[in-house]
Amino acid sequence: MAEFSRRNTLKLMTATLAAGASFSLLPRKVFASGQITVLNWQGYGTDEAWSLKQFTEKTGISVVHDYYSSESEMLTKMRTNPGAYDLVVLNAARCAQAVAEDLLQPIDFSKVPNAATVDEALRSNPNFSKDGVGFAVPWVWGMTALAIREGKPKPESYKALADATYKGRVAMDDDAIINVGIGALMTGQDMNDPQDLAAVTEALKSIKPNVKLLWSTEDQWNKSFAADEFDLSIFWSGGSVRSKRNSKLPVEFVVPKEGAVGWVDGLGIPATAPNPEGALAFANWMIDPAFYVEWATKVGAPASSNSAALDSLPADDLSRQVHNPDYLKTMSIMSALPDDRREAFNNVWQEVKAFYAE
Amino acid sequence: MQNDQLALAQTRGSVDPRVKRPLPAWVSTTALLLPTYGWLTIAIFLPLLTMLAFSFMSATPMGKTPVEFTLKQYRAFIDQPYLLRIGFNSLMMGFWTTLFCAILGFLAAVALVRATVGKTRETLLVLILLPFWTNGLVRVFSWTMVLRENGFLDNILHMVAPDAGSISILYTRYAVVLGLVHGYLPYMILTCYIALVTIDDAIIEAAASLGARWWTILYKILIPMAAPGLISGAVLIFIPVIGSFMEPRILGGRVGVTMGTVIEDQFTQAFNWPLGASLSFTLLAVVLAIFATFSGVLRGRTAG
Repeated sequence: MAEFSRRNTLKLMTATLAAGASFSLLPRKVFASGQITVLNWQGYGTDEAWSLKQFTEKTGISVVHDYYSSESEMLTKMRTNPGAYDLVVLNAARCAQAVAEDLLQPIDFSKVPNAATVDEALRSNPNFSKDGVGFAVPWVWGMTALAIREGKPKPESYKALADATYKGRVAMDDDAIINVGIGALMTGQDMNDPQDLAAVTEALKSIKPNVKLLWSTEDQWNKSFAADEFDLSIFWSGGSVRSKRNSKLPVEFVVPKEGAVGWVDGLGIPATAPNPEGALAFANWMIDPAFYVEWATKVGAPASSNSAALDSLPADDLSRQVHNPDYLKTMSIMSALPDDRREAFNNVWQEVKAFYAE
Repeated sequence: MQNDQLALAQTRGSVDPRVKRPLPAWVSTTALLLPTYGWLTIAIFLPLLTMLAFSFMSATPMGKTPVEFTLKQYRAFIDQPYLLRIGFNSLMMGFWTTLFCAILGFLAAVALVRATVGKTRETLLVLILLPFWTNGLVRVFSWTMVLRENGFLDNILHMVAPDAGSISILYTRYAVVLGLVHGYLPYMILTCYIALVTIDDAIIEAAASLGARWWTILYKILIPMAAPGLISGAVLIFIPVIGSFMEPRILGGRVGVTMGTVIEDQFTQAFNWPLGASLSFTLLAVVLAIFATFSGVLRGRTAG
């Protein structure tokens, strides 16, 4: 081994330390005065380039994004990175969880003028508020139900998923809560609190011969549907509009007689947000009719919570047709689940997936 | 030895008072190892220890849920017996992937060692390492293009035989193993190559001149002498493969459920870190048990 003199060793160590220190001294993020960080799914409304340009021109606030690929990842990111995010897109069910954990701060609705025309039922949804204080601006709502290839007979019930005519032609959403919900609707139970989980498990297992794949992202759904790998699928209403309008896929969204699995996404401000004022301004822009009409007609969007925005859509708009208000009557909205029930739902889906894989 | 050096240093010192005294060996050794071990401690040992601690908790220790000490996470295989089948499938997936990698990798390594003409060897090495330069996810997605119905493979088949059905194997276990073999093959080629390249050509020539056929040379000389490479390659491949989740998820479709995907779901979907951690450590224990069982056999092979 080479001989190392004290001076050389010290020099080497000093150089290493200096290199390390100069890295850690560099600021991790450069905070512009008017900047907000939004945490959302990728490609889900908030990060449309044209909209951000208009918003920055109007307010001088620039918007940067961080993304999550599952709702629990979003909660994990909020828990582990305090002070990193100003606005978070979160589902009603997760919102209640985040509020219970003190992750969100109350919304000052006086700074969100567009919220005046937001459906009161959505705004006072128990998942979005606690003790009469709102913790999220309802943003958009939509449904999860069935999507069928155009030209195939429209399914009337979720039981079609297990129908032998679709052998090897069904795609399932790889999401425990959605699938247990569908299983509960198939067996005539309350989606949010099914008493007979064994029946739900059996109903989901009965789909096995038909299941071709489990999809987890919209992109994956589009690629597989375009490659003609399945005809019938659990899918999102907004996703079906985007697939049809942008990718020209022959897909039709169907709400069966059991009703859709409904969801509402809200815009919440983390308790540790560095720029809550900017976040409120952006939340107001997100439910602005000007933004919504462009988003819904050019890209395809779920239904806006702002009735004024929804009414400004042209009558023949695909999104407006898919999000028929009649469906709201049969729709069950996903609500917050206690930990033990969530764990039970996850175990059911894990067991069903293991059964599919056999 | 030590005394001699000290004496030497002292005599030198008396000649030139400005000469640098050499440091004791342990100081420079420690100083040189410190960054590596410091990094390993921070980046691997501490997170692993945290995960071990998580695996004994009743809930993920974030948020407001009260956390208690419990062993129930380690009862998962008893409480949820379907996990046993998933675990067995994962081990089989690891076995087949390792086996195919061993066969293909060994043959490729032999070809590499034999390729002595000009720059053939360098070219072949670059070709083998080339897939490593692209992102793993990209490689797996490109397999879906090839394997799916009406994919490249089907199109080529239909050019030759237009009436033939689809030969798509996407969303089957074969596709998963295929993708994994593709991803991990370079490890086996490189470890086998390193082992094979040390074999003296003279031994093979001697065997051939004594009348050994090629299969005798293969089984009596090449494989035993390359065994250390085969074994380290197998270990390098088997361990990550049984925990893999990306390839099964994308290529496996409905059948792509492995211990890797179950553990990933616990961390990303179910937010049940304790269960994910306990499953990981159970898997680790099983892998260690497998290697412990076979270590005697393996050692025998390496020595022989």
